[in-house]
Amino acid sequence: MVLVYVEHKDGKFKKNILEAVTYGKKTADMLSTECAALVIGNADTSALGTYGADKVYTLNADGLGDFDSQSYSSAIANTASQIGAKVVLMSDTASAKTLLGRVAVKLDAACISAASSLPKVEGDSIVVTSGTFSGKAIAHYSLSGDTKVMSINGNTIKPEELGAAGATEAISVAVDAPGVKVIGQDTLSSERAPLPEAELVVSAGRGMKGPENWGIIEELADAIGATTACSRPVADTGWRPHHEHVGQTGVAIRPNLYFAIGISGAIQHLAGVNSSKVIVVINKDPEAPFFKAADYGVCADLFDVVPKLTAALKKG
Amino acid sequence: MKQLVCISRTPETTANIALNGDGTDIQTDGLNYILNPYDEWYALVRALELKEAQGGTVTVINVGGAENDIVIRKALAIGADDAIRVDAQPSSAMAVAKMIADATKDGAYDIVYCGKESIDYNGSMTASMLAEYLGLPFVSYASHMDVSGNTATIKRDIEGGTETVEVPTPFVLSAAKGLAEQRIPNMRGIMMAKRKPINVVSPGEAKNNAVVSMYELPKGKGDIKMIDPDNMEELVRLLKEEAKVL
Repeated sequence: MVLVYVEHKDGKFKKNILEAVTYGKKTADMLSTECAALVIGNADTSALGTYGADKVYTLNADGLGDFDSQSYSSAIANTASQIGAKVVLMSDTASAKTLLGRVAVKLDAACISAASSLPKVEGDSIVVTSGTFSGKAIAHYSLSGDTKVMSINGNTIKPEELGAAGATEAISVAVDAPGVKVIGQDTLSSERAPLPEAELVVSAGRGMKGPENWGIIEELADAIGATTACSRPVADTGWRPHHEHVGQTGVAIRPNLYFAIGISGAIQHLAGVNSSKVIVVINKDPEAPFFKAADYGVCADLFDVVPKLTAALKKG
Repeated sequence: MKQLVCISRTPETTANIALNGDGTDIQTDGLNYILNPYDEWYALVRALELKEAQGGTVTVINVGGAENDIVIRKALAIGADDAIRVDAQPSSAMAVAKMIADATKDGAYDIVYCGKESIDYNGSMTASMLAEYLGLPFVSYASHMDVSGNTATIKRDIEGGTETVEVPTPFVLSAAKGLAEQRIPNMRGIMMAKRKPINVVSPGEAKNNAVVSMYELPKGKGDIKMIDPDNMEELVRLLKEEAKVL
């Protein structure tokens, strides 16, 4: 059995979670077994069958009210043991980063985070790729042993309507007491997708000359429903908030389309964005290193060209 | 308060990564190594700030050979009191976490820090594995922390925002940007670091069942298409019809 832990927010599943379900079903097919999803709390589970879950386990228990690594990892590991799951998957989210290692230690499993390819089954081992050196190289990891635990990068595969049964069953397992108490959450009211999940990203750098000029970047992003990002110097000088910083020591992203505007393209920046499918660079310096890493380039003053691009996008 | 900071040695951020002939390993000749930025800038400095405010000690621990002593001395120069080096090559997150747990489980540390990830393997796994081996609560991606008595209030990064949690000591955290500001070691710190102890210990038993069988480099981009700045309609057309990303 392959078990996919499916996170939800207010009972709804995001696209990256459904990707993980489809990934789980494809992995189960390779191993000639079934794919089960585990839902903690209450959610509309109908989509899980659609995207590949043969079976859906729902779990409600004391200690699972707020997210905590000890209670949630015990719930996932004990469910895996109870149903005999040999592969445990989850989408590579902030929660996954908190849970994954704990679940792997509990199950004495081989573990890899942020897998970026479907697995290859080689005997008793599973081989998957994952980015290393902040995107400067890709490693093929061979996971051996009886049990494997993996998180899956967003945008690794597309969710597919596979139409599995998705029969729901309540499950009961032992759950450890939470060690951490959640006091509150402060999520941005932004309509934009968080950077790690974003398919379209508009990013700008020092070429903007100052924070007061970001209006044209916001307008470009709004025209296509993109998420805004920035380079490290821009975040460090406080022109933009730190959570927008993409690059080696910021957020690593892999959108379908990345606009780099007024960013020279230092190696540390490229490392965090070079998994983007398509890169467009706008820079007035023809020697900017970013042009060497781009698919499309515009060598011009960004203050002139960005509004023209926004207008062209709005015209459709 | 007794604090422990787990530190890692990584290639510098500007390093170019090349592979050996058959792609089974990266070329290490000519690579310069640094203290992993998340460990140094955020984890270590926040631990030192807390020590300065509330007293106690800061110990750093690293898994590696004697070649790692240079980055360990840097952590001591920045202000750590002493160091432990587990004398083994770090083969996987699981092995490193197990070795650190074995070397420190009787140390009665109140706060155990890791960086949010090392900038070489980027796995972000060691801290949560270590928390599990130590049986302690864990807070990932901490970007702000206040400690009062035996309770820490921590802001951690989540998708699209932050979450604030309360956790009793002892616990494990992973440090993200914002937790502290980078400190440059001064001459006095560098001189004092030479006299601080690095205790070399033998590794506990650990297995490695997640091995890298091969590396590849990302596929280079083909030739760039330059677009006339006065014809943004053409760029939009290419993004829709050729690249199919809009």
